[in-house]
Amino acid sequence: METLKNKARELLAGKTVQVVIGYSRGSNGSARAVFICETAKVDSLIFDDECRQNLAVYIIKPEVRKLGRVALVAIPATLRTILQLAAENQINDHDLLVLAVNTSGEVTTLATFQAIEDHVASLDMDLNAAEKTELAKYEKLGMEERRQFWQEQFSRCLKCYACRAACPLCYCNRCTVECNQPQWIPVPAHDLGNLEWNVMRAMHLAGRCVNCGDCSRACPVHIPLYLLNQKLISEVFRNFNVRSGTAAKAESTLSTIRPNDTEDFIR
Amino acid sequence: MSDFNPRIVAFVCNWCTYAGADLTGTSRMKYSPQVSIIRFPCTGRIDFMLLLKAFANGADGIIVSGCHPNDCHYSSGNFHARRRWIIFRGLLDFLGIDVRRVQFSWVSAAEGAKWAQLVNSTAESIRQLGPFSCYHKLRGLGVE
Repeated sequence: METLKNKARELLAGKTVQVVIGYSRGSNGSARAVFICETAKVDSLIFDDECRQNLAVYIIKPEVRKLGRVALVAIPATLRTILQLAAENQINDHDLLVLAVNTSGEVTTLATFQAIEDHVASLDMDLNAAEKTELAKYEKLGMEERRQFWQEQFSRCLKCYACRAACPLCYCNRCTVECNQPQWIPVPAHDLGNLEWNVMRAMHLAGRCVNCGDCSRACPVHIPLYLLNQKLISEVFRNFNVRSGTAAKAESTLSTIRPNDTEDFIR
Repeated sequence: MSDFNPRIVAFVCNWCTYAGADLTGTSRMKYSPQVSIIRFPCTGRIDFMLLLKAFANGADGIIVSGCHPNDCHYSSGNFHARRRWIIFRGLLDFLGIDVRRVQFSWVSAAEGAKWAQLVNSTAESIRQLGPFSCYHKLRGLGVE
């Protein structure tokens, strides 16, 4: 942790960056995002197992861009998000400095997308064993059981869109949800609109989601949105052999064409 | 169930399947009247939300059809569509929505007979599945 603080202090003092976005201690021992613009406040930085939020959600916000050059404390999911945002032309190379942290307290400074790509290349991109087991459990259920499971889950949805706000890749200035000519998604939180909203959220992240899990953690009614994301991640990999967030220059999976895609359901 | 007449909405592209369906008519081939055809410029324009809206508005089954691969009027629209359907179908299945109710197909402008056969077989399989009431009922659920 001292390494991280020293690095942040050095960057701010040398005016290499104007703001360090990292984690600090919140209420009840939780970790929360902190924006540090002065060296005097660097001591509030922490890093431990509680630090799971994907801080990349902040870097594309206009109010954060206004602060100047950013140094971002990044966990592996954040690194992948940065590459995905780069691939979607949302950030430029050298716009930010990445402080990649790991659980043993090591800090690696990554200044370019190329450096992030090289760092990310050593990570395992696949779902982990526990995630695979859980996904398989739901895939194995009968169709009617799956329908009832999701209907029950979605019935709790409040349409608060916390999942959207927490997601660093849900950055559209005008979301389809806000379109009312036509009204794609009904405004009240009833079962039909809840299903449509959740299908739409998942589909719009297909081939883009890096599985950081922030949507599920943000959900106040604990809908397992990660299952939908992980299902799509595994489908995208199985069908198109694509992993999102691995390269700063990459085609958008669902707006790419491959004449040799295969399927078994089109008559 | 025998007197159940399914409502089937067909999303078709202007250049191949719509022309193919036209050919079915001009060839005086009779086919199931349960289908309502909606014409699109291209299968690449058929957003997955439109399919959900069809179900929400009472469709029991859906046909999505366009030009065969490599025949797209805009050269790549059907390839884009195919990618989207591959993913969307996986998601629907995971959500427990019966994917047998969405029939994807390629019907060219010369395949009037294939169109008739596609509609008839889809209408028959949807008739066997019965009304899509579990989806249609969603509209009323959770409304105070």
